[in-house]
Amino acid sequence: MRSERPRPPPRWERPSPFTKVAATLGLLFLHAPVWVIALYAFTTEDRTYRFPPPGLTLHWFEVAFARSDIWAAMRLSLLVAAVATLAAIVLGTLAAFALARRSFRGKESITLLFVLPIALPGILTGLALLAGIRTLGLEPGFWTIVAGHATFCLVIVYNNVIARLRRIPPSWVEASSDLGARGHQTFAYVLLPQIASALLAGGMLAFALSFDEIIVTLFTAGHERTLPIWFYNELFRPRERPVTNVVAVIVILVTLAPILAAYWLTKPEAEVSSG
Amino acid sequence: MAARVFSLQGRSSFYFALLLVPPLLWLGIVYLGSLFTLLLQSFYAIDEFTARVVPRLTLATYRVLLTQPAHLDIIARTVVMAIAVTAVSAVIAFPVALYMARYAGPKLKALFYVGILLPMWTSYLVKVYAWRLILAKQGIASWGFEQLGLMGALDRTLAVPVVGGPSLASSYLGMFVVFVYMWLPFMILPLAAALERVPGSLLQASADLGATRPQTFRHVVLPLALPGLAAGSIFTFSLTLGDYIIPTVVGAPGYFIGMMVYQQQGTAGNLPLAAAFSVVPIVLIGLYLALARRLGAFDAL
Amino acid sequence: MTAAIELHEASRAFGNVVALERVSLAVAPGEFFALLGPSGSGKTTSLRLIAGFDQPDSGRVLLDGEDVTEAPPFARNVNTVFQDYALFPHMSVAENVAYGLKVRGVGSREREARARDMLELVRLGDLGSRRPSQLSGGQRQRVALARALINQPKVLLLDEPLGALDLKLREEMQAELKGLQKRLGITFVFVTHDQGEALSMADRIAVFSQGRIEQLDTPRALYNRPRTAFVASFVGSANVVHADAARELTGHPRAFAIRPELVEIVAPGTPVRDGSIRCEGVVLDVLYHGASSRCRVRLDDGTTLAVAQPEAASAAAGLVAGAHVRLAWRPDAAVPLQD
Repeated sequence: MRSERPRPPPRWERPSPFTKVAATLGLLFLHAPVWVIALYAFTTEDRTYRFPPPGLTLHWFEVAFARSDIWAAMRLSLLVAAVATLAAIVLGTLAAFALARRSFRGKESITLLFVLPIALPGILTGLALLAGIRTLGLEPGFWTIVAGHATFCLVIVYNNVIARLRRIPPSWVEASSDLGARGHQTFAYVLLPQIASALLAGGMLAFALSFDEIIVTLFTAGHERTLPIWFYNELFRPRERPVTNVVAVIVILVTLAPILAAYWLTKPEAEVSSG
Repeated sequence: MAARVFSLQGRSSFYFALLLVPPLLWLGIVYLGSLFTLLLQSFYAIDEFTARVVPRLTLATYRVLLTQPAHLDIIARTVVMAIAVTAVSAVIAFPVALYMARYAGPKLKALFYVGILLPMWTSYLVKVYAWRLILAKQGIASWGFEQLGLMGALDRTLAVPVVGGPSLASSYLGMFVVFVYMWLPFMILPLAAALERVPGSLLQASADLGATRPQTFRHVVLPLALPGLAAGSIFTFSLTLGDYIIPTVVGAPGYFIGMMVYQQQGTAGNLPLAAAFSVVPIVLIGLYLALARRLGAFDAL
Repeated sequence: MTAAIELHEASRAFGNVVALERVSLAVAPGEFFALLGPSGSGKTTSLRLIAGFDQPDSGRVLLDGEDVTEAPPFARNVNTVFQDYALFPHMSVAENVAYGLKVRGVGSREREARARDMLELVRLGDLGSRRPSQLSGGQRQRVALARALINQPKVLLLDEPLGALDLKLREEMQAELKGLQKRLGITFVFVTHDQGEALSMADRIAVFSQGRIEQLDTPRALYNRPRTAFVASFVGSANVVHADAARELTGHPRAFAIRPELVEIVAPGTPVRDGSIRCEGVVLDVLYHGASSRCRVRLDDGTTLAVAQPEAASAAAGLVAGAHVRLAWRPDAAVPLQD
């Protein structure tokens, strides 16, 4: 570490004023709508979206907390996200370990298969699953929602874990085995500590993704109502609009907490690789 | 040495199979199986009297898809929107990506990343909903225009035949803004990643050889950013093609591919037509990828 | 006496690339043995076969007379110091060193005590609680050494052990490794591409080229009596004179090698010793090396010879590019080579 402040770079290496202003505006553009929702959760006006709100109140939080349909939808979404994430962690980690180093015929097609669910538009995944469910004569419900979510959550976990596994030098595994460790010991003492944070981060992203998912879920949910489906239906219903805003704020908080945690968990690597 | 094999994990095919089989079964059967069923459905016939799906292979559905002007309108409308969204996203994303990748210090860069990741991961529905509030007749957008004394300009814009409408929330213009907003992070991140990989020495070399800043941008930065631009545009293009929530919640009454898919499988009960419609984005994305490759978008990789 | 290590006709190919072709060698107990060669010559593949990280396509690997060809690394009484040291970043230095005991089920108190002893042995006694990332390159190397020695292996394998160190540290470690090996009395096998390192440390050296052993000999024999053109030029960079040029110079059409320091520049007017091979040529360039100077001389038939002159001699001769010189060497300085 140098103790003195580095000289500012020469003028031609600094951003042009245009770049600076445009970058700032771009960032603001991304954030403003989120704050609008937060503001509208406190408005006293419940029929139109008038701005600025005529007054502020906490009344709608009270109303929202008293609504059993919101609680039911919330419970279902949390449960779906938990089960789907668990399945994704198991399946995604297995796949990452299998595909991290070994090269074999057909590996490229298998690797492609493991990114397809997030590469293709969600509507295709949703409709395909629905077609599959109908063909098998299954009744859409909790487990079909979970199956759909697990499919793309698996990809998230897989990507996170395999990225980390590929950064582990083969010599670490060899050194462990060389010093007398059996396969399970190498896994427990060397590999697991190395991938733990990636696994956790992948799981949290998967959880957030599942909790918020609507595009696939609308196809696979049948009569079940997850929180996003509740929210979606509410958009076309004009009563008690601020309650919708309150739920929006809650959804933001529930999804952003794991996202932020995942970001901090994977941050040191990001700094090393970019520095 | 070149020939380092990961033999400790790989030697035993048994363990390898044990690892790979469960996830492979899941994706192979649940996911690929479903996709295959979907594709098959698009070739199934509809019984004209009972309106039920009959498992008899036919190209009739694709004929209906490609000959009815209303359907072609839907496809054209969706493609034009996807192209416009992609182009404008790229223009807005470039300065943001350039600034965070090239000029921001470590602290500021982390701030930028969080600043982009947070809205990106904020609930999709909530964001769409927020825009409905913003664009509504008495919403913030109108209020803002009024404060700036630009109400006349807004009214005149909304009076333009195709893009306009009764309010921003029920116009193609409003829908376009929402699309750009929703997919912008997907353009910024790959672009920033590509720009980050450009060594600073290249810019210095260009300046050293006498290039002005616009010249360096045109001849050095832009070509090297092309793979990132291509990756980002695949996201914005494909996401716009497949979306059905945004056109349902915000915008003019005209149909988009995604809405058509959702409606056909649901209320209309015509799964074959829905399936055929859902194949369209795949074909279009394939064409787009081929075009991007042809134009050399991936050459710098 | 049973060999500590024996490779018997070992072959290994990766796809179309043949890394090792029917290589046989035997290392005696207590020997300091070097596998020397350029990258891709098969030396690292041989080491990996001995360690058990890889298995030969055909041929056998024996440790102490026992066939271990298919045995996994953890079942071999052999330990390795890796080129990148392969220290586990999430463990402290002491935990790294004790790892081999931990996976064998040794209790934590004994582990700590023995790890401390090993760290003492490599003179890192007080750094046990640090993380590997807090150590210098030379210190990491010592930790890797201590970790590999804690299981008291019969054979220690070292993969380019000094490659990542700077010159001064490398020379220090050479002496230290040599001393350590003497003290412990175990077999050391190390891989290197640096011929100087191999010559100064090893009891015997196997020179690899293109998946085969070119010559297996003591350092002196390799240097003085190289058998092939490859060994002659790779070990100590001798001049290799091919058959046609050799006939011109000596009358015999047999290729030979001659060390640059054994070629004499004969000052004008000085008689040449009887029986010497002599020739004339033009100095192409002169490179000053401090204790000596090295020049390249083109002979009349087009052959180029490197000539090393002690500092005093070259100053006296006033060597400059373009000068015409007479060269001479004694016939026994030239080593005949196999074709």
